Amino acid sequence: MPSLGADMAAGRLVQWLKAPGDRLARGDIIAEVDTDKGAIEIEVFTDGILAEILVHEGERVPVGTPLALIRREAAGAAVPPAPAPAVAEAAQAQRLQVSPVARRIAAERGVDLARVKGSGPGGAITVADVEAAAGERAEEPGARMRRAIGAAMARSKREIPHYYLSTAIDMGPAVDWLAERNLGRPPAERILLGVLQLKAVALTLREFPDLNAWWVDGAAVAKPGIHVGMAIAMRGGGLVAPAVHDTDRRDLDDLMRAVRDLVDRARRGSLRSSELTDGTITVTSLGERGVDAVTGVIYPPQVALVGLGRVAQRPWVVDGQVVARPIVTATLSGDHRASDGHRGGLFLARVEQLLQEPGKL
Amino acid sequence: MSRDEIRAAVLHCLGAVAPEADLAGIRPDRPLRDQLDVDSIDFLNFVIGLDQALHVSVPEADYGALATLDGCVDYLAPRVPG
Repeated sequence: MPSLGADMAAGRLVQWLKAPGDRLARGDIIAEVDTDKGAIEIEVFTDGILAEILVHEGERVPVGTPLALIRREAAGAAVPPAPAPAVAEAAQAQRLQVSPVARRIAAERGVDLARVKGSGPGGAITVADVEAAAGERAEEPGARMRRAIGAAMARSKREIPHYYLSTAIDMGPAVDWLAERNLGRPPAERILLGVLQLKAVALTLREFPDLNAWWVDGAAVAKPGIHVGMAIAMRGGGLVAPAVHDTDRRDLDDLMRAVRDLVDRARRGSLRSSELTDGTITVTSLGERGVDAVTGVIYPPQVALVGLGRVAQRPWVVDGQVVARPIVTATLSGDHRASDGHRGGLFLARVEQLLQEPGKL
Repeated sequence: MSRDEIRAAVLHCLGAVAPEADLAGIRPDRPLRDQLDVDSIDFLNFVIGLDQALHVSVPEADYGALATLDGCVDYLAPRVPG
């Protein structure tokens, strides 16, 4: 059971999409898992043959539990899959001590063993513990997501010494360029301003590997790819921040398609596991909801978050004259363990600079 | 196409981008954005939906005319082909 974010403790296997004997290619979707973030499609991390299913449909297991055995064709030996793209927390999920009877009752009554406190020897979970837990009614998905967000954000605020910077950026050149580019194109081929901002952030990150990083075991580890997580509000409350893979390498049309697809799937509840685990930084665009600026909370193990406020007409000084320009306030929340305000300031300045030449994005 | 048919098509497109919305409760003279909590991607999907359903490709410069349900019908009625 892969950890699909810093806030995930367990998941329920909803459905296997492959059967023992099936040939698997890295990236194939092999199963669907129900988590606090909704249903997630699990991608396999290696080529091979599905040898044996270890966690059956309907079972809920803690993060780190092997789901299946995959046989590598060359080696011939079955290897238990390491929990796929694990974030820092995955390694901490220790094997729970549960009696077989208690485990069966838990499966029957839909009790999440990862959340049961064991009262037996060495913290083992007993039948009585499971029955007590089963007495508490299952929470609604909305409440589960709210608690998962709370856990991740509390951890962020507890562990990450945030610093915050902001810069007002003239979006005039980007707005004008985009209006001309979209003119005469059918709606399905139009690009949104947010996509230009996303691309500018991604391109800037190429020069700031210290902000495109994860904090793992007491050190910042620069990530090789730039996969910007996009905070997406869920209808009815809550949010997810799935990654747009290789954000910096996509042209604007491709990026627009990827963003539309991601928002659509996030709201329908069909995100893929890699999208929830691969984010290397997050962008939150609460300006969509009318706020002037947002100073966000970093999503661990990431070390930075960019906030974008509303693009609004503001007084702006150009050549000594006050003129009305479309202005956005961009903010950076940075992890002071990984970088400092000077680097963060250079980062925002570079984002601003790139947005003045939208044709090059 | 009658105004009622256009109104029904607009509501159908809104329902597609905001499936949880109470379409019957929409006030036709009030901004849709306030009533439906739509962001720019939702709005673009709405415009794409109108293009597919009514064959009217609304240019960005005219997006302001689509702010309310009444505005949508007024704008689209003379432009729907056939």
